[in-house]
Amino acid sequence: MARKATTKKPSDKKNYELFNRNTQAFIYNMQVNATQRMLDFDYAAGREKTSVAAIVNPTGGESLQKFFFGPKEVLIPVYKSLKKAADKHKNVDVMISFASFRSAAQSAREAFEIPQLRTIVLIAEGVPERQMRLINAQAKKLGKVIIGPATVGGVKAGAFKIGNTGGTIENIIESKLHRSGSVGFVSKSGGLSNEAYNIISRNTDGLYEGIAIGGDRYPGSTLLDHLLRYEQDPNVKMLVCLGEVGGTDEYEVVEALETKKITKPLVMWVTGTCSKAFKTEVQFGHAGAKADAETETADAKNAALKKAGAIVPNSFDDYAEKIDKTFNKLVKQKVITPAPEVEAPAIPLDLNKALSAGIVRKPASFISTISDDRGEELMYGHMSISEVFKKDIGVGGVLSILWFKKLLPSYATKFIDMVIMVTADHGPAVSGAHNTIVAARAGKDLISSLVSGLLCIGPRFGGALDGAAQQFSDAFDKELTPQEFVNSMKQKGVNIQGIGHRIKSIHNPDMRVIIIKNYVKKHFKTTALLDYALEVEKLTTSKRDNLILNVDGIIGICFVDLLRSEFIKEEADEYIQMGALNGLFVLGRSIGFMGHYLDQKRLKQGLYRHPWDDIAYLME
Amino acid sequence: MAQKAIREADGKVMMARLLKDYTGGKYKIQNRFISVGPETDFKKLPNKHTWLQKEKLVVKPDQLIKRRGKSKLLLLNTDWKEAVKWIKARMNKPITVGNVTGILDHFIVEPFIPHDEKDEYYVAVTAEREGDTILFHHEGGINVGDVDAKAVKLFVPIGETPTAQEIEKKLLGKVPKERKALIAEFIEGLFKYYADLNFSYLEINPFIVDGKEVIPLDLAAKLDDTADFVSGSKWGAIEFPAPFGRMRTREEAYIDELDSKTGASLKLTILNPEGRVWTMVAGGGASVIYADTITDLGFMEEMANYGEYSGDPNEEFTYLYARTILDLMTRKKNPKGKFLLIGGGIANFTDVANTFRGIIRALREYKKKLQDNKVKIFVRRGGPNYKEGLKNMGALGDELGVPIEVYGPETHMTRIVSMALEGGK
Repeated sequence: MARKATTKKPSDKKNYELFNRNTQAFIYNMQVNATQRMLDFDYAAGREKTSVAAIVNPTGGESLQKFFFGPKEVLIPVYKSLKKAADKHKNVDVMISFASFRSAAQSAREAFEIPQLRTIVLIAEGVPERQMRLINAQAKKLGKVIIGPATVGGVKAGAFKIGNTGGTIENIIESKLHRSGSVGFVSKSGGLSNEAYNIISRNTDGLYEGIAIGGDRYPGSTLLDHLLRYEQDPNVKMLVCLGEVGGTDEYEVVEALETKKITKPLVMWVTGTCSKAFKTEVQFGHAGAKADAETETADAKNAALKKAGAIVPNSFDDYAEKIDKTFNKLVKQKVITPAPEVEAPAIPLDLNKALSAGIVRKPASFISTISDDRGEELMYGHMSISEVFKKDIGVGGVLSILWFKKLLPSYATKFIDMVIMVTADHGPAVSGAHNTIVAARAGKDLISSLVSGLLCIGPRFGGALDGAAQQFSDAFDKELTPQEFVNSMKQKGVNIQGIGHRIKSIHNPDMRVIIIKNYVKKHFKTTALLDYALEVEKLTTSKRDNLILNVDGIIGICFVDLLRSEFIKEEADEYIQMGALNGLFVLGRSIGFMGHYLDQKRLKQGLYRHPWDDIAYLME
Repeated sequence: MAQKAIREADGKVMMARLLKDYTGGKYKIQNRFISVGPETDFKKLPNKHTWLQKEKLVVKPDQLIKRRGKSKLLLLNTDWKEAVKWIKARMNKPITVGNVTGILDHFIVEPFIPHDEKDEYYVAVTAEREGDTILFHHEGGINVGDVDAKAVKLFVPIGETPTAQEIEKKLLGKVPKERKALIAEFIEGLFKYYADLNFSYLEINPFIVDGKEVIPLDLAAKLDDTADFVSGSKWGAIEFPAPFGRMRTREEAYIDELDSKTGASLKLTILNPEGRVWTMVAGGGASVIYADTITDLGFMEEMANYGEYSGDPNEEFTYLYARTILDLMTRKKNPKGKFLLIGGGIANFTDVANTFRGIIRALREYKKKLQDNKVKIFVRRGGPNYKEGLKNMGALGDELGVPIEVYGPETHMTRIVSMALEGGK
């Protein structure tokens, strides 16, 4: 695996230095929030450049992603491969991998191939121990530093922050992480490191650097690795460490104290002293936190550390006190000149946060009043999707909520169902279906074929629903008698919409019309317009027996009756004007058009070409 | 997620199934290991495994109990009828091993293999940071004693595999010449099996050599359960039993069930139901420290529970968790009163006010019982929205007539422990 040369130490860093104010990292996997949090820290710390140079997103495409850098916006490139990112950004020496436990080891192996990457942070929890042991051995060979897995990362105060370390920006500033202090901290737990930064900020001049090595049994770097870095770094004046029951890493620290590899004052506490209260073995939160031997207990480790010269409190309760005393002693001895306070520049509040806190308001660009997908369940109006099925409101019910904003009574929703069923198809010969068939046979897809049929719907094809509804209700509202209406239309030379059929006649009635008429007569609250139309039909059929009320006409007219009995007249008329009726026809007939499309595809019909002999070429 | 012990029967069945793949088919272990649990139908077993009624048998509890022979938890050279009788006499009964009492409910039944003590060998593989160590001793069995001191060791750097020659040279010095090759190749295969299947511990004590056959008599193993996505399909149906003696109470089992229903983490262990100090702490690390501090201040005997909630549980789960604890702590009055510590560090991104809402709902519900039991409540927490959370908690004290003291990040995380306990000494 280790084909490439060992890691080159960047020229701007000392051996013991992993990060400084110019350090830039790659984020492995799309982590928008963590990246933004790093940039917020950068701004608060007064960095000139963002600490993230690029994002590597192996499963996505390449793009430029927008982030805030203080009040301004910046673009951060997203690459598909780590290799490409490294080629474009030669200065980057840190990779922060948010790969899952399944692919964390793989992401580390990718980083091993790239000499410029020196520090690799693995965030994932649950990486198999054998994989980690192999990664650790390779890292050692190549001179790479691994932080994690199962960690939140760490922070070099005022310089560089890994991922989500430190929590909210308010907490970061409260814990003075935006500027450098004198204390080097290392712990296993990421959650507690946040607490430790708080303790350190309250009892010293602040954190210099803090690392959470992660709670696994075989972390990539150990407590001692980081303590030794701090020992070498002249900016670190005192060490603070938090160990944990289980494993033997703390004994490395004991040995380093005994052999004087660590000489700076070290305040250290090993958690898990409560394990003696448990009768059977207990696995605490972390994978490594389990004492398999007496020496692995917290009590044994604390005692050994104390003996070796560490400053060990009696319990976590005096941890702060010990840190405070140690720091003050160093100040008195003039080892430490307390770092000055630096005010962090204000970072504008995120709009979402400000909105939820009620600090700002903002007009919305869009309004929607018919459905809501944000909650636990999808809502149609005020009805949850589970209620839609429990109450069995059917397609007509759903349509009435989404189109008319209320659940109409069941006679009405059933009528809508009937309309959809009755208008679903009218054979392959009508112009819309024909167009769909021609498009399907031209090799077009479903939507194109459907749409080419739908585009025929208008005043001559299917439009009669709307037309009939408008003409009849107009006449009815003007209180024209049926005879006056027929006469006025004749005078204008306009056909009455919804009257007339090519084949059907008064003697050979259209069954669809009969079904609807019978239903409406039986169930509707009012049939005023229908009754009016039937009077008109009597007059027209007396002239020619095929001038009957056709299916378009009866649907349009009955729908006006329905709307007018469920809404006030103005509302009802508005729905007609907006085209709701036309919509019913479009909805119903789409079923038929798609049927024809599927039929043609199923029959594998080839391209249709109209025969020459059916076209009269009149080229004069 | 960590190294987890498996049952002996599962370990042996797996070995019978897979070891041959790592030894070129050379070491075939017969799959004659029966796991018996509370649901086992004793009538059906001998039909399925006819050898049970033909051969002499061994019966042992299979619940991660160490040194079963020494605790007389071993039935040797018996027949099926006696074995069933022996198991039935012990099934679902409590037993004390060392200072731990638990219920026996799993046994392993296997053929009894008569052999000489000189045919018994000890082998184990253990994991360390830089590699694995093979431990071998030519005198295995129950009297092997301190293997750490006695066994011969071979350290194998991670990623490497020892050859049979190496094993023979480094480990088998005291093994009779004619058996050296057989045992060396067995250990070579065993190591590959251990490494490839993500074991973190494997001990066979003893295995015996019977002619050309190697038979594991007693086996203990741990798997790295985080490797489930790598090796799970090969492991088969493996169980990770709780340590012997950890009997779950109804409430603990209920919290386990809640835990399994959410991506967040909810844990509860009851230490002393009559203890006066109860904790409800956010975060795995912080919860340990609170328990530590109670212990360190000398109140170990009064510590009623260990537990934690973390990973941003929603209000409903927090409510159910809090209610379980409040119910437990108000069952039996103590004239000296009780303490509830609602503690936690500085949350990273959990909305503190939100999680407190569920706790507040439960506290309201238990108003009367909290008063009756003279419960004093101490709260300490930081993180997003902590000010609102603490304000709500503080106001609740007045509303309920229950003393509630609230503290934020300006107060040391565990200070509420000494405030409560040393104030109430």
